[in-house]
Amino acid sequence: MSMNELIKNLRGIWARAYVRIVGVNREPSWLIFELFFPLLPICSFAFVYKSMNAPSDYLGFVILGGAMTAIWMNVLWGMAAQFFWERESGNLTLYMLCPMSTMAVLVGMALGSGFSTFFRVIITFMIGKLIFGITLHVASYFWLFATFILTIAAVFSLGMMMASFFLLYGRDAWNILTVFMEPVFFLSGFYFPVKTLGYPLGALASLIPITLGLDAMRQLAFKLGPDTAFLPVKTEILILVALSALYLAGAKYLLKKLEYIGRREGRLTLRWQ
Amino acid sequence: MSIAIKTTDLSRAFADSGAKDKNFWALRDVSLEIPEGCIYGLLGPNGAGKTTLIKILSTLLLPTAGEALVAGYNVDNEYEKIRPIINMVSGGENCGYGILTVAENLWMFTQFYGIPTKQAMAKIKDLLEIMNLSEKADTKINKLSTGMRQKMNFIRGFVTDPKILFLDEPTLGLDVNAARETRKFVTDWVKNASEPKTVILTTHYMQEADEMCGKLAIIDHGRILANDTPKNLKKQEAGGVSYTINVAYRDFDPQILRTLPGVSSFAHSVLNEQGLIEMIFNLSDDSALARIIEKINSLSFSINNIQKKEFTLEDAFIKLVGRRLSGGEGDTL
Ligand SMILES: Nc1ncnc2c1ncn2[C@@H]1O[C@H](COP(=O)(O)OP(=O)(O)OP(=O)(O)O)[C@@H](O)[C@H]1O
Ligand SMILES: [Mg+2]
Repeated sequence: MSMNELIKNLRGIWARAYVRIVGVNREPSWLIFELFFPLLPICSFAFVYKSMNAPSDYLGFVILGGAMTAIWMNVLWGMAAQFFWERESGNLTLYMLCPMSTMAVLVGMALGSGFSTFFRVIITFMIGKLIFGITLHVASYFWLFATFILTIAAVFSLGMMMASFFLLYGRDAWNILTVFMEPVFFLSGFYFPVKTLGYPLGALASLIPITLGLDAMRQLAFKLGPDTAFLPVKTEILILVALSALYLAGAKYLLKKLEYIGRREGRLTLRWQ
Repeated sequence: MSIAIKTTDLSRAFADSGAKDKNFWALRDVSLEIPEGCIYGLLGPNGAGKTTLIKILSTLLLPTAGEALVAGYNVDNEYEKIRPIINMVSGGENCGYGILTVAENLWMFTQFYGIPTKQAMAKIKDLLEIMNLSEKADTKINKLSTGMRQKMNFIRGFVTDPKILFLDEPTLGLDVNAARETRKFVTDWVKNASEPKTVILTTHYMQEADEMCGKLAIIDHGRILANDTPKNLKKQEAGGVSYTINVAYRDFDPQILRTLPGVSSFAHSVLNEQGLIEMIFNLSDDSALARIIEKINSLSFSINNIQKKEFTLEDAFIKLVGRRLSGGEGDTL
């Protein structure tokens, strides 16, 4: 990609992100929906552990899982499924028409709501600290941060792969996303260590980058983390790197391929499918 | 002059929803050459294939057969080179985000083309002024009227300064004044540009096509029926001149005029309520008119009215397509 292309795409990312950032400011009620309601299931899980007198680190797992849920939801509904609405509203036609890459549009969307997602993550942790009295034992801040970023990169790429299906399908692609939501909550071990699932299921769940990301972050941030480890942190980080690269290449390929098929079949910008 | 768009036997089929293995051809063997620097019109009834052609040229749809080159690039595999230099506006489109203002939406679209913000904002300001939309610049677009929204879409097409611009019924939903200003704006934009600009315009308004387009293609059932300047299209249709003459009808026998030299066809009807007879002559040459007038005068009848009939694009269209252009609002514009 030339410098010019890069600048064009960065401008595009910022412009698309701007819509969301401004949106939150202009409609503050969004914040309540985005921040307050998602906290309720997290708290209920935490109270279950508490009433069972589980070690406080287990409450920490729930809080960490809850924070990552916010990010997964953002990618699923704020990025991939957003293409459904863009298609219906006619904006998708203009995204295809313009010279910016489709990936830039998607990243712009995710970063735009990243702002409110970030608050959600912070508030989740504050609740963990203040209400449930969780204490962190960070083994390495560097690796904790690196794992977090890697997880985000892999999840964004996976989200872009999912978004590509909206270039061809409307409601069908929407249904696929719905299927992805609940089982992912279960498989990725948002609220419990994935080791509990056993190796075969755990390995399958590892295809979802959040699973290994969470497992590694638990090990790096909590005293009890290493006891519940699915794989060693180093292995998990290596797999995350591989997954990120794989999903990024996959997203690039699928976005291009499905755009081409969409143009061929006359479905690229077809509405009301 | 170089060529902006060239298509060779361009065809597009869609799967027929009725019969399974049968294809429905929305475009069939379209071969066109559109020179740079002109406004090129596509005129045709609903379902003729105009939008399909525009979608192919704007890289949103692939041809089923044949080839299309835009600025020399093939729409099939060189679409990434085409997109930076084109733009498209469709009537009735609903683009942008309701939470952003008019200016913000327009700015957003310029960013997708990599235009620096300062430059983009200056251009947006100018265009809003030209289109009489300045006072709505800071209004959220969900609070605009249909026509205002269409003006914004229209500006979106120009703000990226494309080399080739596709306008698919761009004046849809605009009032008479706004439509007129819009047409003038497009014409000036092409005329005054420092580098050649090409506009492909589809419309249902005859007058719009006649007034704006340097060249026109009349299209029906996916095929190009004619492709020429509006002037030539009208001339082709006429094949001579036509006059309407009214004469007070008492005792007048119009049949004696039928055999005069130069009269190629003749029809008459009685306009009873005015006590007049109306005759319509098609003449192979203008000089026959003098003979007709002389004859009527020599019989001591008086002529109440003579009118030369101008052939319109509508006449050419009816002759080629076999029916009026649906809607027909073109007459009232
Ligand atoms: N995606 C599609 N799938 C199936 N058929 C289609 C599709 N798009 C267009 N068609 C058909 O192709 C034909 C041409 O449509 P097109 O939209 O090009 O007409 P048009 O000339 O733009 O008409 P109008 O003046 O009404 O806008 C129509 O019969 C239409 O039903
Ligand atoms: Mg159309």
